[in-house]
Amino acid sequence: MMNFDNEANRADLLEREIRGEFPDDKGRYGPFGGRYVPETLIPALERLDAGIKRWLKDPEYQAELTRELNTWVGRPTPLSYAHTLSARWGAHVWMKREDLAHTGAHKINSAMGQALLAKRLGAKRVVAETGAGQHGVASAAACARLGLPCTVYMGAVDIERQAPNVGRMKLMGATVVPVTGGDQTLRAAVDEAIRDWVTDPNGTYYLLGSAIGPHPYPYLVRELQSIIGRESRQQMLAQAGGLPQAVYACVGGGSNAIGMFYPFVGDKDVEIYGVEAGGRGSGLGDNSATLSYGTPGVLQGAFSLLLQDAHGQIQETHSVSAGLDYPGVGPEHAFLKTIGRVSYESIGDDESLEALEELSQAEGILPAIETAHAFAAVRAYAKRHPGSRILVGLSGRGDKDMPTLTRTLLKGKL
Amino acid sequence: MLPSDDVQKAIASAKAQGRPAIVAFMTAGFPVRDEFISTLNQVASAADVVEIGVPFTDPMADGMTIQRASHTALKQGVTLRWILDSLAAAPVKPAAPILLMSYLNPLLSVGFDELPTAARRAGVSGFIVPDLPREEAQELADQLKAQGLSLIQMVTPVTPVDRLSSLCGSADGFVYAVTMTGTTGAQVAVPDEVLEYLDRVREASSAPVCAGFGIRHRDQVMRLAAHVDGVVVGSALVEVLERGEDAAEFLRSLHP
Repeated sequence: MMNFDNEANRADLLEREIRGEFPDDKGRYGPFGGRYVPETLIPALERLDAGIKRWLKDPEYQAELTRELNTWVGRPTPLSYAHTLSARWGAHVWMKREDLAHTGAHKINSAMGQALLAKRLGAKRVVAETGAGQHGVASAAACARLGLPCTVYMGAVDIERQAPNVGRMKLMGATVVPVTGGDQTLRAAVDEAIRDWVTDPNGTYYLLGSAIGPHPYPYLVRELQSIIGRESRQQMLAQAGGLPQAVYACVGGGSNAIGMFYPFVGDKDVEIYGVEAGGRGSGLGDNSATLSYGTPGVLQGAFSLLLQDAHGQIQETHSVSAGLDYPGVGPEHAFLKTIGRVSYESIGDDESLEALEELSQAEGILPAIETAHAFAAVRAYAKRHPGSRILVGLSGRGDKDMPTLTRTLLKGKL
Repeated sequence: MLPSDDVQKAIASAKAQGRPAIVAFMTAGFPVRDEFISTLNQVASAADVVEIGVPFTDPMADGMTIQRASHTALKQGVTLRWILDSLAAAPVKPAAPILLMSYLNPLLSVGFDELPTAARRAGVSGFIVPDLPREEAQELADQLKAQGLSLIQMVTPVTPVDRLSSLCGSADGFVYAVTMTGTTGAQVAVPDEVLEYLDRVREASSAPVCAGFGIRHRDQVMRLAAHVDGVVVGSALVEVLERGEDAAEFLRSLHP
């Protein structure tokens, strides 16, 4: 384990991160990351790695991806000024509108990028996991667009609480497989998608949605999602007159957050904050706040921070939001926390639902419950830093959350 | 003699009897935690090597049977430390050498400094870690070796030729040749391609070769016999234990 207590060492690691040296050739971000998978999957990961090197920067691949992002996904997504919230909270709040991307969240950026890659790698079919259902819908859409058969694994608990997304996936031709093992949420869905992939590693492409898993997935997802931060940076300069003082995004596995954060890592005056799900409290099993409460370990292919007990068993998590309800986190987030470049905090279920209601009424935007966690944290920051300029990732829209909202905010009101 | 030699000796002794070695897998503390040692002794009485599975919440290489057994064991409070303590305290040494099969995270919780000595004290000969490929394995392999323990390497039908030679060339204990792509427990028909693949593995390896994943019946063992030094029987045995049937009788029924 590297020594992070030493400030000079942390500063050196940050410089290397800014220079783009991570992941290193072992797929590591400092000590985090790596490739902890059954031997059966090693050749598939090697092929993916080679495919990324061959295609990701290839002009023809980039041209096709850009065309799909611009003419099918609807990029660039707008940067909106939150007039009412800014006036009310006493700071300037700018929202990066990933909720306006096709299928309703940032997940489509990576789903389309990976589906185009899967085609080039000769995949016969695609499997994906999904928690909130947004990555499942994005994968189903990208696969439909490119004519690839798609199977989505989704925990039985999530199928119930994100029911609208299940229907959307099916309408776009995907097969949705309920996962009744394990915790029946995102973690169990990842386990099951890996089991499917391990059965046919040559013909199946695993379209992993979060910035988690074995190398090169966290890197691939970061590269495809960084469009969020790159666009935001330009839009802030053009529309807001300068870079933000603080950038916020919600963190489950960490895909939208790493996409937003990575292009700002080198802007040392920009404070960066990740917001996790605090659930109903700080006890083990009551939240999904891995970066706040987790300890180092290996889950689902990577060495990162995890919510686990003293015996290395992964803990059940809780969050009102399916997309944040996960006991691990992408290895690069663990790294950014450890070197002190990004601060992570957590927001509880109730506070996130309040923020969801406030954003809906103030700005006419119903955000995903995941996203609402970030807004609750932004509100607190705004009050601490009056007049400041804040950028927040509005990672997805909340239509999918109607079953949960009907049981909570709308209880007795319908 | 080093603990790691026990495994090769057990495989050689089966060979001397004209049959492949039976490597039997059981989940620790399944079906009943308090009967762990007696179940182990029953299995060890009819197996050449015993793999004891350390239960884990996220067994991504395992099929339904072992997932279920893991879950049941965890619910009864089985932990790696409890397994090591129970083995160390067992009144009689099991009749067959023992390997621990564990995903990496429970091993990390004990720590690589402490694990090898605790394992040696418990009479363990080595480890199989399904989510630890060679590239990530050096540190654990070195620590185990210092205590004379093996880290068993897996190879699969999709392992490329040059990787296969490199993995088999430095194998320790035996080479665990996974018979198919997929998780544990699904039955395999053992088509000719699998036999050809096992022949390739054997050719590349100076250590014995044991085939595992999907082996349930004597017919399969007979078909494999000329191509391997041993067979690993996991899910089928766990199901026998689950049904409360005689584990030793089942294992003996596999002998060709």
